[in-house]
Amino acid sequence: MGKAFQFYPEAASSFAGQIDNLYFFLVALTTVMTLGIVAVALFFFVKYRRRSDDECPEEIEGNIMFEITWSVIPLVVCLGIFFWGTNIYMGMVQAPPDSVPVYVVAKQWMWKLQHPNGRSEINELHVPLGQNTRIIMASEDVLHSFYVPAFRTKMDVVPGKYTSLWFRPTKIGTYRLFCAEYCGTSHAGMNGWVHVLSEADYAAWLSGNVANESMEEAGERLFTENKCNTCHAATGNTQLGPSLNGVYGKSVTLKNGRTVTVDDAYIRESIFQPLAKVVAGFNPVMPTYETQLNEQQIMQIISYIKTLKPVDGQEGGHE
Amino acid sequence: MSNDTSSPKVNYLNNDYSIKSWLLTVDHKRIAILYLIAISFFFLVGGLMAVLFRFELATPQGDLVSAETYNKLFTMHGMVMVFFFLIPSVPAVLGNFLLPLMIGAKDVAFPRLNLASWYIYMLGGTLTIFAAISGGIDTGWTFYTPYSSTYANTAVVTAGIAVFITGFSSILTGLNFLVTIHKLRAPGLTWSRLPLFVWAHYATSIIMLLGTPVLAITVALLAVERGLGFGIFDPNLGGDPVLFQHLFWFYSHPAVYIMILPSMGVISEIVAAFCRKRVFGYTFVAASSLAIAVIGFFVWGHHLFLSSQSVFAGMVFSFLSYIVAVPSAIKVFNWTATMFRGSISWETPMLYVLGFIGLFSIGGLTGLFLANLAVDVHLHDTYFVVAHFHYVMVGGVIMGYMGGLHYYWPKITGRMYNEFWAKISFLLIFVGFNLTFLPQFVLGQLGMPRRYYFYDAEWQTLNVLSSAGASVLGIGYLLPVIYFLYSLKNGKIASQNPWGAKGLEWEVADTPPDPHNFHEIPVVTEEAYAYAKEAH
Repeated sequence: MGKAFQFYPEAASSFAGQIDNLYFFLVALTTVMTLGIVAVALFFFVKYRRRSDDECPEEIEGNIMFEITWSVIPLVVCLGIFFWGTNIYMGMVQAPPDSVPVYVVAKQWMWKLQHPNGRSEINELHVPLGQNTRIIMASEDVLHSFYVPAFRTKMDVVPGKYTSLWFRPTKIGTYRLFCAEYCGTSHAGMNGWVHVLSEADYAAWLSGNVANESMEEAGERLFTENKCNTCHAATGNTQLGPSLNGVYGKSVTLKNGRTVTVDDAYIRESIFQPLAKVVAGFNPVMPTYETQLNEQQIMQIISYIKTLKPVDGQEGGHE
Repeated sequence: MSNDTSSPKVNYLNNDYSIKSWLLTVDHKRIAILYLIAISFFFLVGGLMAVLFRFELATPQGDLVSAETYNKLFTMHGMVMVFFFLIPSVPAVLGNFLLPLMIGAKDVAFPRLNLASWYIYMLGGTLTIFAAISGGIDTGWTFYTPYSSTYANTAVVTAGIAVFITGFSSILTGLNFLVTIHKLRAPGLTWSRLPLFVWAHYATSIIMLLGTPVLAITVALLAVERGLGFGIFDPNLGGDPVLFQHLFWFYSHPAVYIMILPSMGVISEIVAAFCRKRVFGYTFVAASSLAIAVIGFFVWGHHLFLSSQSVFAGMVFSFLSYIVAVPSAIKVFNWTATMFRGSISWETPMLYVLGFIGLFSIGGLTGLFLANLAVDVHLHDTYFVVAHFHYVMVGGVIMGYMGGLHYYWPKITGRMYNEFWAKISFLLIFVGFNLTFLPQFVLGQLGMPRRYYFYDAEWQTLNVLSSAGASVLGIGYLLPVIYFLYSLKNGKIASQNPWGAKGLEWEVADTPPDPHNFHEIPVVTEEAYAYAKEAH
């Protein structure tokens, strides 16, 4: 860190360049407009200073052309900035399909991160250069916000739901990770580092300290330990609960006739509040697992459910 | 008409000296002074907290105070400054004093309600001080759930009740002003002849009346969840934390306009008086106040771009936020155009107009960064936001409020302040303000999150600059306390209309005004700021 002073943060993601272009355009606009208006005001201030006490300037009512000019030009400039920014933002919202997920649980005052192969980290994140990486986040307590200034990206972590962001690192290096949403006493201490590694370094790091089990394996273990398989048997339909084979990403019909897509949020809700959206044809009998399972375990179970392939002749859901 | 000698006459200040006559007064002018004293006290309290945490932030380590204390300091600073200084300062002090005088009325429509508003404000303020002493509050002034409703161990409910109560002071003042402006205008004072200060307060009162109840409801729901465990915002109880943010900002964004619009009204008055000219584009300046009040209600979601609010909602709120920028720009251009070919007098109030134009331009233009979906992703919850809202709210309000206090000081007290020290004070405030907050824009772009008790060493230089600026700013604020108080006994006696300004409050009312404002009901026969018509 030896830098004593800097005006410009490191730029290390595919968004950084686009956002910085707009940012510096706005800096230029702000500077020019502020200095311009202040210069005009100061010029008038001096030029039209009162020279004698009985001076009485000529009345000027106003001028409709001026009013229209200085309403329409700012409006057009504002709309231009709006479209420019919204256009960039649209590229930031949807993660590319090939993104590699990293699951993050935020809690007072630490970041717990887990890679699909089971490798987990605390307050550190290792990612390979050039890899589209999607961060899927849940909070165990209050609001937090995942912020990597060098990537120009940030997203709130909201208890009770999943939020996500994605980025593609473009520069090898070590960058700051901050919690940006005030979360209590040690808010300032809830930070860490993101390490962008070369492909080879990343592979070495990933295999360096392999966990005993991958996220899917941990999920399968939890699935059995918590007796989920009693009703959601992986081998077939038990009539008690819907089969989960091949269900991920499909849509299912609910008791009330609506349909819902089986995604991370729906699975999480169905484990914590099973009666909220019951699949048609099944009784509302499942108990909540709110006290038995934490956010990280839910993520592991979701990873496991994703691996379940459809079994022939069995209804899972429909496209 | 002019009365330059200190002939003994009855005015609202000397008609009764008893404490009781002040505490039970229903005179809008005396109530304004009660507010002035109370608001100055809260400003001092909020300012001292800022000085303390700026000292803490002079070094990257957390050393001066504990993390808990730091969190309480910035929370209480925000709460005290927003609810007890920025929102009431211009309307409750200058608005109360001037509205009836400007429209030729004896008082506001409901004088007793006006006094009640002050007592409600004092009750809320006392409770806030009590909350500060009994453990403080550490949620941030935004009270975000579920931290505030479930996790915080501080006096959240007490502080919430204080905000709830204070809100009613605001609601009743807004109601009082609306009725006063509608019903008590002097004969001949049509809507198109109203001073722009009155228009600004009209727009502000609408926001106070429509917005503040939502804040009261929000805080009440928070207290119900925290106290009784009803699930509203905490997902563990079946609530939704983002709902709180919507409700909170539905009031708290328009609240920014409650702060800034009255201040803009003051600027319009000063610019006309010190240029001896009608405000350029009167209709556009008046209409832009109303436009800001209306559109300002539909931009709250720009505080929630990263909250998991839907992408489409984010786009709509971003779009509307850009629209609301336009009426503010119109005002700045019109004030500047008013100076063109004016007869500009260089006294302190006019310096505050220049200060306002400078600070508000920076504040408004940096809003364009944060209204932008892409750029906000990076800048949200960093020091850039802190710098931006201080420029808009604090820069805007301080310039308008201080400018107004200097401009109306002779009317309020009958004495002139010391022009030399007033100019020094203006310079210190202007330079100190920029030194405090300009570095924070850079800190935000570098990625320093707000509400951080300690920070990375590489950011120290900019933080030291900011802390140094806060010290200069502090001295700039203290000077007026001294020279204003000094002027009460030793200041030059003010003539009836020392600035040669137009308006019933200067031309017809005595200085200081009679307890009943006017000896007979004035009749208005000309537009506001008709400087040219008088001359020849």
